[in-house]
Amino acid sequence: MIAQAASDSINVAQNVGFGIIAALMIFAALSVVTTRNVVHAALWLVLVLAGVAAQYILAAAEFVAASQVLVYIGAVMVLFLFGIMLTRAQIGHEKGLNNPTWALGIPVAIVLLGLLAWVIIDAFEDDVLPDRGPTPTVALSDQFLSIYLIPFLALSFVLLAAAIGAIVLARKDR
Amino acid sequence: MLAVNFLLLGAVLFCIGVYGVIARRNAVLVLMSIELILNAVNLNLIAFALIKGTVDGQVFALYVVAIAAAEVGVGLAMVLMIYRNRRSIALDELSEMKG
Repeated sequence: MIAQAASDSINVAQNVGFGIIAALMIFAALSVVTTRNVVHAALWLVLVLAGVAAQYILAAAEFVAASQVLVYIGAVMVLFLFGIMLTRAQIGHEKGLNNPTWALGIPVAIVLLGLLAWVIIDAFEDDVLPDRGPTPTVALSDQFLSIYLIPFLALSFVLLAAAIGAIVLARKDR
Repeated sequence: MLAVNFLLLGAVLFCIGVYGVIARRNAVLVLMSIELILNAVNLNLIAFALIKGTVDGQVFALYVVAIAAAEVGVGLAMVLMIYRNRRSIALDELSEMKG
């Protein structure tokens, strides 16, 4: 195992960083789905999203990491906190956050995880992620403005429609 | 770094998100679980981009981020409207459209 790792020139520091961040992320994600406090769930979700951004940097995707921080931690979390504030009377522990049949989710999740893990390990047994260095943002923008231009424009229309739809749904004077 | 590590982390996050969608009754918490699922998929896309050596996976991940932002905006507006009409966002009470 160690000899093989050395022959594949695995970056130890990168692996240790990945492991620590991954453990934090899994703990935080479990807290999101188990905590009895909605505000705490939102704050644990911030930790998961920050961990995802850190993993993107480890995977040489700086621009996606920056967008992750800006969009998720900056915008989506503020939306979530506003949603919690506007839909809840009290801050603190709350009853009735779970369905009566919540325990059904555990076997479903475990079976799904087993299936996914089996497929992944079967397909990518010993593949090592290549060390490619940071992705130039120019390469990303070249893709966006050439072969992915039509989806890009469609995406801007989706965002516009979503913004208008959210305003129409949420406004009071109707 | 092994490719399996990355993809397994994505799988674990995905399953936690699926559990949250099944177990939670509060609509805002279900939306948070959906965010977990979308982020798990994004991790996979980034890992595939690294394996293939192209940026196409990162382009897809950016699309997912944008769509997720739109989804959260519309979703929370809908939750807000449901709360305004019923003073509750428990999903199992929304059964008017049951056949």
